[in-house]
Amino acid sequence: MKTTKARDAVVAGAQGLALALMALVGSITAFVLAVVSIALIPIGVGVLTTPAVLHLVRAHANQRRLLAAQWSAVRIPVPYRPFPSDMRTGITGQVERCTLMLKDPATWRDMQWLLVDMTAGAIVAILPPALILEGIFGLLLLAGLWQPIVEADGTYWYSFIPVDGWGTAGLAALLGVVWIKVALYGNQFLIRTHFRLAGSVLAPNREVELEQRIGRLTETRHDALDTSAAELRRIERDLHDGAQARLVAMGMNLGTIEALIEKDPAQAKELISKARESSAEALTELRDLVRGIHPPVLAERGLGDAVKALALRLPVRTEVEVELPGRVEAPVESAAYFAVSEALTNAVKHSGADRLWVDVTYADGSLRIAVTDNGKGGAMIGTGSGLSGIERRLGTFDGVLAVSSPAGGPTMVTMEIPCALS
Amino acid sequence: MRVVLAEDLFLLRDGLVRMLEAFDFEILAAVESGPELTEALAELEPDVAVVDVRLPPSHTDEGLQCALAARRARPGLPVLVLSQHVEQLYARELLADGNGGVGYLLKDRVLDAEQFIDAVRRVAAGGTAMDPQVISQLLSRRAQDKPIAGLTPRELEVMELMAQGRSNAAIAGQLVVTERAVAKHTSNIFAKLGLPVSDDDNRRVLAVLAYLDRG
Repeated sequence: MKTTKARDAVVAGAQGLALALMALVGSITAFVLAVVSIALIPIGVGVLTTPAVLHLVRAHANQRRLLAAQWSAVRIPVPYRPFPSDMRTGITGQVERCTLMLKDPATWRDMQWLLVDMTAGAIVAILPPALILEGIFGLLLLAGLWQPIVEADGTYWYSFIPVDGWGTAGLAALLGVVWIKVALYGNQFLIRTHFRLAGSVLAPNREVELEQRIGRLTETRHDALDTSAAELRRIERDLHDGAQARLVAMGMNLGTIEALIEKDPAQAKELISKARESSAEALTELRDLVRGIHPPVLAERGLGDAVKALALRLPVRTEVEVELPGRVEAPVESAAYFAVSEALTNAVKHSGADRLWVDVTYADGSLRIAVTDNGKGGAMIGTGSGLSGIERRLGTFDGVLAVSSPAGGPTMVTMEIPCALS
Repeated sequence: MRVVLAEDLFLLRDGLVRMLEAFDFEILAAVESGPELTEALAELEPDVAVVDVRLPPSHTDEGLQCALAARRARPGLPVLVLSQHVEQLYARELLADGNGGVGYLLKDRVLDAEQFIDAVRRVAAGGTAMDPQVISQLLSRRAQDKPIAGLTPRELEVMELMAQGRSNAAIAGQLVVTERAVAKHTSNIFAKLGLPVSDDDNRRVLAVLAYLDRG
């Protein structure tokens, strides 16, 4: 307990140092570049440089967003307006890009943030390492360091303590202990404060947020409608060409049997066995169809066992870990199941892996699923790939998909869907 | 032979009752829900229970759960589970206690009355009756694994039937060979898989499944 606390404080100290450096070096540079570039717009040069500089600023801000999520679980939304897909190229495109970026309120929030970051942000960030170092320095003073310092400069002021002998060095050490204590309890809080500060400046106002949300909802609703329409067409076709046709054939056979049963019992018997075969085949087809609409195990047991059953049917050895304290809402469950199924099929088909792992967990109001393989990697989310299909499927539920797949592998597909458990 | 039957669809229940009666089974009870099944299994002490996986009131896997619970209360109680679909997951759960006397078949199998009745009898006698679909899935999945890859096509056929729960005599009948030939195949299979030979049908199925399961 004690050691983890100490380790956390030291880690926070290192993070603070890194953040302070980023704030002082990165933010100041970015701010200066941006101001100069924007100032040069009237004479034309700025038009060419501003988009590049602003992209740099955005990358810098995004870097901080990422660290906020990773280090302190502080989520700062990314509010930039997307560029239209039909951007022109060349000088006109560059001018267009420049105006669009300058019109985006997020750009101006970025600039404000740079100012806040290089001042308040940097100060808050430097405190965690400073507390630790100052504390250690106080202890070193008591260890005898005060002697050479005092010999060289006379009285040394450690904070408000004038160190000139063993007694005052002892006081300094005591104060050092206090600093370290403060660091132990406060460092992580300070780091979080730094990110909250950034978040408060960077976060878009409500209107922008709503605008973005509406855009996203429209898009996912379109996708959902498209997908379900395609699904219905598929089901209709399968029924029409499959089970339905077989039942018709069966009825016809039965009719013939009726006519034949007295004239030619041998042939009638043959037809009866054919009719039975048809009914068995119709059942098989219906079963496959049901599996494609809503897998029975999913209905009966929920996501965990359904994924386990799925893994058992794969030709590749698959380990499944499930940690779900309850059942996921039915629509999410179904979407998640098919997403996993697609990810696994993808892995089996393309990765060349001989082992697969599926992890299903629930934490912080989100269902998290990771599908990992030991294959050759190089998977990408792009048009036409199975992964984009999964992304669309999850998008309907505000779910997200992340793929990590360096060339040479391994590939890890993670999905996260916010949902409630029952 | 005394049977308790659980199936929620009236037509199917009625058909099953008729079929079982035609083959001289005595129907102690034909129920349509999980709680009724639990009660019937506890009170009537049947020789075998024929149970649909999906039963009211939950319409999930209530039938399977009731059957598993009844087998925990009375180990070895013969249970034949019927389902609209077969899953290895459920097959494993049924086989897990190692007591035998379990069956897990696709509902389609009732279309072939004689085979179905044969399966009920086998289960009642403490043997197993696994749906060919479960077995073939298992075999195709494990086909890349070495020991199974070493089997000849004929031996694979024998193993598939053996894993379903058939006796050597039944296998011989199905493959149209002599029983001695089957016995030779089975001992070859056991040798190749490194399993101790046993005459007990049920134990050898469990051995095969356990091997396949070991993955």
